[in-house]
Amino acid sequence: MAQRINRYRVRVGDAPLFRVGLTGLVLAVTALVLIAPLSIIFVEAFRRGLPAYLDALARPDTLHALGLTLLVALVCVPVNIGFGIAAAWTVTKFTFPGRSLLLALVELPFSISPIIAGVAYLFVYGGQGLLGPWLAEHDIKIMFAVPAIILASLFVTAPFVVRELVPLMMAQGRDEEEAAVTLGASGFQTLRLVTLPNVKLALLYGAALCNARVMGEFGAVSVVSGNIRGQTSTMPLQIELLYQDSQVLAAFAAATVLAAVALFTLVAKFLIERAEAHSPTESRDAAG
Amino acid sequence: MLSSFGFFPLGRTRRSVIPGFRLSLGLTLTYLALIVLLPICALLLKSADVGFARYIAIITSPRTLASFQVTFATAAAATLFNAVYGLALAWVLVRYDFPGKRLLDALVDVPFALPTAVAGLALTTLFAKNGWFGAPLAQWGIQVAYAPAGIACAMAFTSIPFVVRTVQPVLEDLEPELEEAAATLGATDARIFRSVIFPALFPAFLAGASLAFARSLGEFGAVVFIAGNQPFRTEIVALLAYIRLEEYDYAAAAAIAVTLLAVAFVMLLVVNIIQAWHQRHTVGED
Repeated sequence: MAQRINRYRVRVGDAPLFRVGLTGLVLAVTALVLIAPLSIIFVEAFRRGLPAYLDALARPDTLHALGLTLLVALVCVPVNIGFGIAAAWTVTKFTFPGRSLLLALVELPFSISPIIAGVAYLFVYGGQGLLGPWLAEHDIKIMFAVPAIILASLFVTAPFVVRELVPLMMAQGRDEEEAAVTLGASGFQTLRLVTLPNVKLALLYGAALCNARVMGEFGAVSVVSGNIRGQTSTMPLQIELLYQDSQVLAAFAAATVLAAVALFTLVAKFLIERAEAHSPTESRDAAG
Repeated sequence: MLSSFGFFPLGRTRRSVIPGFRLSLGLTLTYLALIVLLPICALLLKSADVGFARYIAIITSPRTLASFQVTFATAAAATLFNAVYGLALAWVLVRYDFPGKRLLDALVDVPFALPTAVAGLALTTLFAKNGWFGAPLAQWGIQVAYAPAGIACAMAFTSIPFVVRTVQPVLEDLEPELEEAAATLGATDARIFRSVIFPALFPAFLAGASLAFARSLGEFGAVVFIAGNQPFRTEIVALLAYIRLEEYDYAAAAAIAVTLLAVAFVMLLVVNIIQAWHQRHTVGED
């Protein structure tokens, strides 16, 4: 077959000069638009050496922001994993009217600017909001406090796990689950022993993406957090506060933490894709 | 990865022996209602309170109009860049083999994984007067940071993956026979690309560009760092909504936010129509 193709000609764009030229151009642009921004974070953070970097990182307000960010991630990621499994199970294992609408609804937060999400949450829980007077009456503080940060982060990251699971579970079909149920397994047994093992890598990657986004969310959180330093600043907000204060080294030191999380997420993706390429049971090609 | 749902044909109602439908549907709907729908409804209610005449006055005020103009113009510039760069990047990743190809493929997702505030900080430093890019550009008299060009750069960075990740799978599935047939008939490479390859990629390309545009319109974190945020010149819509909130002008914040929401819905509709078209297109071919 290959011989027959070669007898006619190579494919479009395979002329050596064009191929080398286009690849070189793309690599050059990539170096400017992707590698340079990533590099400068670490170059600036370590500009004055490791001790200065550690000092800049170990400020009490930065450490507090890091703790808050970890707390928010610790709540949001498991909740959205649970939601992701429930939503993916609903739309892939059952057929019902309105299924497409449900999927569209799940994807909605992706299409909405985080600022709009923040403003919308303010109109629910803020003093002027729907529930504001009731909350004030019962002395419950949600806005400009940790609960609001968690809620806004849940909104922004709700689709991440679902969108990794649905294409895969759709492609895998229902036969295995139906067989398990016919053999007497309960719904939870089927989920735990049949469905989840089949999608564990996609689930893991969805969780990693969700985590990266939770830790890095800026727009929605900056509206609802009140941005009180040492109290309701998450890491991204802390970076902005430090930068506004001309504490550039401290800002970059804080940025390296989030950049490291992002790089870790990408490495995880890389490894998962490689593992999938080697495992015959879970092939994402089937989903593509 | 992007709006992948649109590509899956959803079959008609069929009874399932699998249990747990009510529980999982109930959980899903409750969560969506509390986390997603409640705030959106609150925003809609709040903006309905504003009243039509006041809404029009807020939206057509010179500062709001200027912010929409800045946002649309810079988002269009960013999308144009990503349309060209994204297509070239997808092409190189699918068609060619070279050392570091898998690394390049992994790098494409950096803008999705990197927090926007970090991206904004990095870009602002690169384009500052003494920065890696800013210093050479200053010699040519070009200012990017604290200018509309900076906003476009920030938007372009955060939306790099969209075109690549929508075009890539379609390009991979493209059958070589079509190109061969065109080549045997004597078509040049440019002609084959124009008449055979690009039309096949076009729906995915358009969907990716629309997603990139939508994302650029709503981008906030990266932009506020680099924009300088001067009213009438480098103030984007999302920032103006934020400023109105800080001024306790909730009516104006609601009006601006709901307008941005409406634009997002229109973009979502456009993407879905393109994908439905794409799906018909590919199903018809099989």
